[in-house]
Amino acid sequence: MKDNKNLAHHFNSYKDQIRAEKIGMWLFLATEILMFGGLFVGYTIYHAEYTKVFKVGAEFLNWKKGAINTVVLLFSSWTMVMSIYYAQKDQIKKCQMMLGTTLVCGFLFMFIKYLEYSHKFHEGIFPGIYFSYTGSAFVEDLPLYFSFYYLMTGLHASHVFIGMALIFWMLIKTYKKQINSSHYMPLEYVGLFWHLVDLIWIFLFPLLYLVE
Amino acid sequence: MTDYVARLEKLEHFLIGISFLVCVLIVIVFVYFSFRYKRKRDDEKLEESSHHNTILEFTWSFIPFVIFMGSFVWGWILYSDFRREAPRDSLEIHVYGQKWNWEFVYKNGRKTSNELFVPVKRSVKLIMTSRDVIHSFYIPTFKIKQDVLPGLYTSLWFKANRKGRFEVFCTEFCGTGHSTMGAKLKVMSLEDWNNWLKTDPYKNLSLVEVGQKVFQGRCTACHNSTKEKLIGPGLAGIYNTQRELEGGMTLLADENYLRESILNPSAKISKGYANQMTPFAGLLSEEELSGLIEYIKSLN
Amino acid sequence: MSNYLNCKKGLFSWLFTRDHKRIALLYMITVFSFFIVGGFFALLIRLELFKVGETIVNSAFYNQLMTYHGAVMIFMVIIPGIPAFLGNFVLPLQIGAKDVAFPTVNLLSWYCLVIGAFVTLTSLFLGGVDTGWTFYTPYSIETGTAVIPVVLGAFIMGFSSILTGLNFIVTIHQLRAPGMSFFKMPLFVWSLYSTAIIQVLATPVLAITLLLLVAERVLKVGVFDPAMGGDPILFQHFFWFYSHPAVYIMILPAMGVISELICAFSRKRIFGYKALVFASLGIAVVSFFVWGHHMYVSGQSEWAGIVFSVLTMLVGVPTAVKIFNWIATMFRGSLKFDTPFLYALGFLFLFLIGGVTGYMLAVLPFDVHVHDTYFVVAHFHYVMVGGSIMGIMGGFYYWFPKMFGRLYNEGMGQLGFALIFIGFNVTFFPQFILGINGMPRRYADYKAPYEALNQISTVGSWLIALGFIVAFTFLLWAMFKGRKASANPWGAKTLEWQSSSPPPHENFLETPVVTKEAYE
Repeated sequence: MKDNKNLAHHFNSYKDQIRAEKIGMWLFLATEILMFGGLFVGYTIYHAEYTKVFKVGAEFLNWKKGAINTVVLLFSSWTMVMSIYYAQKDQIKKCQMMLGTTLVCGFLFMFIKYLEYSHKFHEGIFPGIYFSYTGSAFVEDLPLYFSFYYLMTGLHASHVFIGMALIFWMLIKTYKKQINSSHYMPLEYVGLFWHLVDLIWIFLFPLLYLVE
Repeated sequence: MTDYVARLEKLEHFLIGISFLVCVLIVIVFVYFSFRYKRKRDDEKLEESSHHNTILEFTWSFIPFVIFMGSFVWGWILYSDFRREAPRDSLEIHVYGQKWNWEFVYKNGRKTSNELFVPVKRSVKLIMTSRDVIHSFYIPTFKIKQDVLPGLYTSLWFKANRKGRFEVFCTEFCGTGHSTMGAKLKVMSLEDWNNWLKTDPYKNLSLVEVGQKVFQGRCTACHNSTKEKLIGPGLAGIYNTQRELEGGMTLLADENYLRESILNPSAKISKGYANQMTPFAGLLSEEELSGLIEYIKSLN
Repeated sequence: MSNYLNCKKGLFSWLFTRDHKRIALLYMITVFSFFIVGGFFALLIRLELFKVGETIVNSAFYNQLMTYHGAVMIFMVIIPGIPAFLGNFVLPLQIGAKDVAFPTVNLLSWYCLVIGAFVTLTSLFLGGVDTGWTFYTPYSIETGTAVIPVVLGAFIMGFSSILTGLNFIVTIHQLRAPGMSFFKMPLFVWSLYSTAIIQVLATPVLAITLLLLVAERVLKVGVFDPAMGGDPILFQHFFWFYSHPAVYIMILPAMGVISELICAFSRKRIFGYKALVFASLGIAVVSFFVWGHHMYVSGQSEWAGIVFSVLTMLVGVPTAVKIFNWIATMFRGSLKFDTPFLYALGFLFLFLIGGVTGYMLAVLPFDVHVHDTYFVVAHFHYVMVGGSIMGIMGGFYYWFPKMFGRLYNEGMGQLGFALIFIGFNVTFFPQFILGINGMPRRYADYKAPYEALNQISTVGSWLIALGFIVAFTFLLWAMFKGRKASANPWGAKTLEWQSSSPPPHENFLETPVVTKEAYE
């Protein structure tokens, strides 16, 4: 392996390099979790304080759309895993198909998110000071719930977007024949990131849509 | 000053004393080492010495630990005393912090700004809240302090055991006028205090004099009574002139303009000034408001 | 001979370098430039406070000065100071590696710092910012000044810190030379490791806090705004959850530097190696659980105050252990009082005072009295300047021959130290007294009784400035004109001194093999 062209000059072996990269990637994921953690802590505190308001807020959301999105992301995580599996077997065509499916799932997720957002905007449910909903279900401090809704799903959506860009980049790499059974690590790191994005959604969905 | 101060000073003396002692001991040791073990020749041989000693290391971890825990417990006892509920018979005074003055409201409705009057040898409980940002109410002589938050009450209590005038500072950064946001605490005899409480501050005053009094209590942190700009515009010569506003409009500064600028200042901002005045809507009586406007007019 | 300084030429060979040593020098330039900027703000602050009343600047401008002084010194000087500058240079050399694990990421983190600093400083042209570096809500939501660029800048600089920490952790785990087990690593490496843990785990919380603050200003989301049901104290919890550990990002690596200096100039093995290692790790861990001691009077519950007080006391123990171990290392040593060692002794003295006053502040009722007064200002300057800056300067003088292959002027180095050390004490010791007497911090003006001590303090600030002028001038001169240095001018034992001065591009011509304990 010493002559692997992907080996950086300061590592002794490609195996060492992969181990280093993996530790780095996991540390990075830890920082992501901590960043979202701040929002989760804030959510927990305000949920305890405004339990009723949060329940009313959750009733505004369409849990079916949320559930569909959950399934979409879970499925995309599976296709992501499969793309790595095929890359390891040098079946690049299948790998590309799986990556493509993952990307489509990403688009689907964002599209459903868009439907949800535009529906809210239509009702005048904007974040923060722009909140103008005055319908019958209004309760005091409702804007605070939606602040959390927009902050959490917004930050998550930006991560989905970054993940999609990375997957697209990987797709290009496969066409350039830079991904194969001896060098599929970038794919794996993108996969890890994508799973994290999925995982965060799995926490967001019940907290925002199904909260009692 | 207060019993609490006397007890806290004992703790302070202990803390300063032990800190000083520890510093002196350590400095003596390392200064001594510095002279004793100074390198004389570049190739000098070192005596053998160990680089590890469990008993020694345990000892010098354990001793600080004991000192730290002892100080913590002492502090805890005193802190519980400081945070204890104010006695039932405490005199309650409401305190409002706003940019950049303190307002005190007494039970009978009497209000003062930047001057807090309390009777001696009587527990006083301050019920405090802020009208804008976070402030902090600090009486250095009594060694007590508490942040004053918007939308929430915090409280502070003390029992002064001698008469006098004491400084009050704001110790949470609150903007341009932060360093001028002080008040005077006046501790007086119960009799004097009772008499003072009954006086009508505006008795026999003309409207302009009422305005001047309000101005001195509430406005001087940001406004001069001359033309000179402070944080806000100087108020002399404003009345009946054209004011240029942020955004290019000009407007005649008549009574209604002045009234609005006091009650709801963010409605119209004079050119060259930031929108940072706290609204006085609901904070002034009609008499005080009219007085203020007459006072501003009298400055021309 | 080819070394890392002359192996490639041209500006772009520096701006796009992936060599950790060159990146370290890029950090050196940025950090010291910002240090001069922040120091200039500090001098103006002291000058305004020389006399009662408004003298050279008005209070609005004063508040901006104190904000920029704090923000620049913390985000752009002390946080990147030791880890990113000295750490980048020394870490791979000390563990016998050719570079850090991710050289490109390393360069990226320098760019994050520069871009973040640039974004922060654009606020100067948008009317400045006056919130203090702590950005407390709701003031930071309400003020009309340019909060957003400063907050976004700090957010970007946070990434610089995260990436550096991440890089160092992986480097230490994966790139140690053959034979160098964890417990044979030099203490500076251990301190960088502890620091990196904090950088990686605490900084993301600052990131989300700052993003929330931006959302608060742009959209008024209400999370920290009491008018909309939010809680302004939550901001303080979030902020200090990062910013207290950040204090240890500043001080832990300085402690590592001091361990190196004391060993090298005493010609001794460090006393109680393992105790020092575990002290560093212990400080890093406990530092996550003491943030509430910044908030004793904020309105948090009585029990929270008590718990945070006892936890804060616990941090004191490993800190005390370190001081005792360093002094024990000097015992029966062969001490040589070169400039780096003087800085180490200066550190011991100043950090000792910073430490005991920290212990005093941990005691609840005392803190209630001096919280947000000049006592706190003096305390954290004794820790930050007396600790971190002494560490940076001592380390810089120590590794200077390795970095540039040249020797600095010893006499001038010592003169610079003397001025800085004396000036520092003259400036900040009176502030302890001012604080106990009740002078609040962040005051553009003060009452007359505080004037005399303020004047002494201002005179001290001039001495410090003079000291740094002397130090920097002669260091700059030595960089280009100093006498040639040998590979190991101090007779130190760690690996970096086995390489030539300055080291070749890949640090060691032959990968070193470690058989001995650290400092043996």
